[in-house]
Amino acid sequence: MSSSPLLEVAELRKNFGGVQAIDDLNFEIIEGELLGVIGPNGSGKTTAVNLISGFVKPTEGNISYRGKNITGWPPYKIVRLGIARTFQMVKPFYQLPAYKNMIIPLYSPRVKKIVGGKYGDRDAVALDLLEEVGFERDSFVAYKVASVLPQGYLKRLELAKAIALQPDLIILDELFSGLSLAEVASIVPIIEKLRQQGKTIIMIEHRLKELFRIADRVIVLNYGQKIADGSATEVMENPEVKNAYLGSE
Amino acid sequence: MRNAESNSKSFKKRRKERIDRGIKARSSDIFALSSWREMLYLTAPRLIPIVGLLVLSVVLSHYWQRVLLSVSVFALLAISWDILAQSGMVSLGQALFFGTGAYLAGNMNHYFGWSPYITIPLATIFGGLLSTLFLLPVLRLRGIYFSMVTLVLPLMLVRIIEATRIFGGTEGLSGLGALPNRWVEVYLIIAALLASLFGFRRLMNSDFGLVLKAINDNDRSVMNAGINIYWFKTQALFIAAAIGAFAGAFMTHVYMFVGMPVFALDYSILPIAAAVVGGMGTLAGSMLGAFILVPLSELLRGLGGLRIVFYGLFLVVFTVAIPEGIFHYIQRKYHQFERWVEVER
Amino acid sequence: MLAHTFVYGFVNSVILVLVALGFNLTFGISGVANFAYGALYIMSALLCWVFFNAIGLPYILAVIFATGVTAVAGALMYRFVLLRIRGMVLSEIIATFGIGLALLELFKYMGFIGFEYSLPVTIDTSIDIGPVVLDIQRLFIVMIGIAMAAFLWFFTHHTRTGLRFRAIAQDERTALSLGINSDRVAMLSVSFGAAYAAVAAIVILPLGTINVEQGYSVLINALAVCIVGGLGSTGGLVLASFLIGYGQTFTVTYLESHWVMLVPLIAILAILVIKPSGLFGEQKELEERI
Repeated sequence: MSSSPLLEVAELRKNFGGVQAIDDLNFEIIEGELLGVIGPNGSGKTTAVNLISGFVKPTEGNISYRGKNITGWPPYKIVRLGIARTFQMVKPFYQLPAYKNMIIPLYSPRVKKIVGGKYGDRDAVALDLLEEVGFERDSFVAYKVASVLPQGYLKRLELAKAIALQPDLIILDELFSGLSLAEVASIVPIIEKLRQQGKTIIMIEHRLKELFRIADRVIVLNYGQKIADGSATEVMENPEVKNAYLGSE
Repeated sequence: MRNAESNSKSFKKRRKERIDRGIKARSSDIFALSSWREMLYLTAPRLIPIVGLLVLSVVLSHYWQRVLLSVSVFALLAISWDILAQSGMVSLGQALFFGTGAYLAGNMNHYFGWSPYITIPLATIFGGLLSTLFLLPVLRLRGIYFSMVTLVLPLMLVRIIEATRIFGGTEGLSGLGALPNRWVEVYLIIAALLASLFGFRRLMNSDFGLVLKAINDNDRSVMNAGINIYWFKTQALFIAAAIGAFAGAFMTHVYMFVGMPVFALDYSILPIAAAVVGGMGTLAGSMLGAFILVPLSELLRGLGGLRIVFYGLFLVVFTVAIPEGIFHYIQRKYHQFERWVEVER
Repeated sequence: MLAHTFVYGFVNSVILVLVALGFNLTFGISGVANFAYGALYIMSALLCWVFFNAIGLPYILAVIFATGVTAVAGALMYRFVLLRIRGMVLSEIIATFGIGLALLELFKYMGFIGFEYSLPVTIDTSIDIGPVVLDIQRLFIVMIGIAMAAFLWFFTHHTRTGLRFRAIAQDERTALSLGINSDRVAMLSVSFGAAYAAVAAIVILPLGTINVEQGYSVLINALAVCIVGGLGSTGGLVLASFLIGYGQTFTVTYLESHWVMLVPLIAILAILVIKPSGLFGEQKELEERI
């Protein structure tokens, strides 16, 4: 495991017709880390994710993954390299049952390449993956149409879709939002397991307590810039961070 | 959604419940083999179009056999439309595919002298490719732009042909090669229709089709799964375009003529109406719609000017009364039944 | 020759503006597809003719009644047809197109074809604008066109009902949660759009005869102008009308006249390649090009 960064973001800028959403953002992440990204609303966290995952093209700046420049690449190419993301507003296929939702990521060329040849019955794999994220097999929840599932299950479905892609880097955009403490507690072991498998994880979160328990390192964004970078305690002591969240005197 | 209609006038509340028929449950999975009745329940819907078409091809008079050809062609265009619609592309210009195939076949026959057995397959493939190429740039834009370009392209091609007088200009190319006899014509098109119906239905129900439907539902999510949605859309477009091109090439050799009318709005509008009336989302519904609308149009011919008036009204009534389409309605009735049930307190 | 083209091009453009305004109101601004627009256009003119010639009402009353009846027809069409299929754009298009088709062919069947079917001109003289001779009717059209466009812009941006029109197209749920009766607003917008079509028809058709076939080309022109200008934007509509209008006039004057119908079609294709959302359409980065 080399110490050169897995993902490197340099001098990233994004302007949405007058609104400078990201302003000279620089950070990196090394393989195996769990990086937390926090910041007040509107600080550009989701835009940063959109930029890295290719859904939005940056106005200026560079993004490189394993040394390869992926700035401006379309999302499907970035996913095939091994970066998966979840959406803050979950985007399941509402008309389909939960397990059929999983067929789409399992159909991805990356999965075909890594698992190779015949995957076997995609339906069975889908059900297994869903069970791993907490869709109890006995209750047949996985067969329910996505439009009737509550938020807790939808979030897990979103996570499962990302995991199914066999990524090396997973970006979770506010996975914990809308979940009860018990639900969060039940998802954390899944994230721990991903870490044990050697995956690198970036988590955008508002729920600081739950995040700080599992994050190795935290960066803080405010107005599109990084204002702090370090361990959870270091970052929360930072006066600029306090200002950003609580407002200055 | 329509299930809970409570009768609020009396205190005892009732609602309408919709449940699967017994025979549907009994014929699912391997249990279908348990008796002839269950097997008949499953196979009947598939046999009806096959047997029906074969019977019709024999019993109809010469005139109505011609109508059957027309019906089948429109059914193919409607199936092609439905495939595109399920993939998130609403085509307002099926005439583009039809006309491209027609002109390709006509020109190959006229200028090179190739027989229909060669021109029809070639026109199908190259017509599909050419139409796909025309529409490739628009695939990256929002759905509505695809629709508008498909609407506009046939109209433009007509004007260009009229103005530059290529490919026969306003008179078109006539005296083209024909198929051996009308039985070959009828059975060729019926075979193509049935093959398309069952073949592409199978395709759309497979995982490949699932990806297409997912693209329609939420294309960003599919992109997020590492799937190149443009490649999938291109494939769906090619399939649909090739079907339309086949229909066009076929008709060229039936009428032994190709001209500007192949790009007429009729070929664009009727498939859509057929799909809406018959039921979108299941290729069978679109085919059913064509089998209703085209003969209806023929029957109304006697009314002269009022024909289109009734036609328009028919469209309106159907779209409003059974928005889901006839096929879905029939399918629902076939698989499920409704009854009033007491609402528990 | 150039001055002539300039003046007549201007008139042609304003005609396009006038024709497209009503369609833009329903489809672009309120998000309700009304493909019976062309039919309503012709119907209002025929109604006016009937009221004036067959029934013998004074012209101004005929105009008012024709406009009123057309507006009511629009509302009825909404109430009995569109209401049931709101939200399914394809069904809306087919159903309204079916109505339009039925109406136009009905008019043909009833025999409203011929030179006697024309509307009277306001004042039958002309004035001189520099080297060009312009008839008063065309001048009248230009004034009405500008007034209607300005009124529409003002209405949709500064009055409560107008803002509601825009609200239901942008996000119907939000509009509903703010107490806007989206069905009633949609009905009003279809009705309003129909009234606009009526005014346009009554003012423009005196230039020639009432030709039922025009019902189809009116729809295509309106569609082209709205697409090129950007669905929903009145400013874009005006600019697009001028581009297409002048394009058509130049084509007629300097090239051959049967290329004229190509102009709106080429404009549509061009705008889809250069700026798909239309000249003044809203930029939607995430949704436009993924």
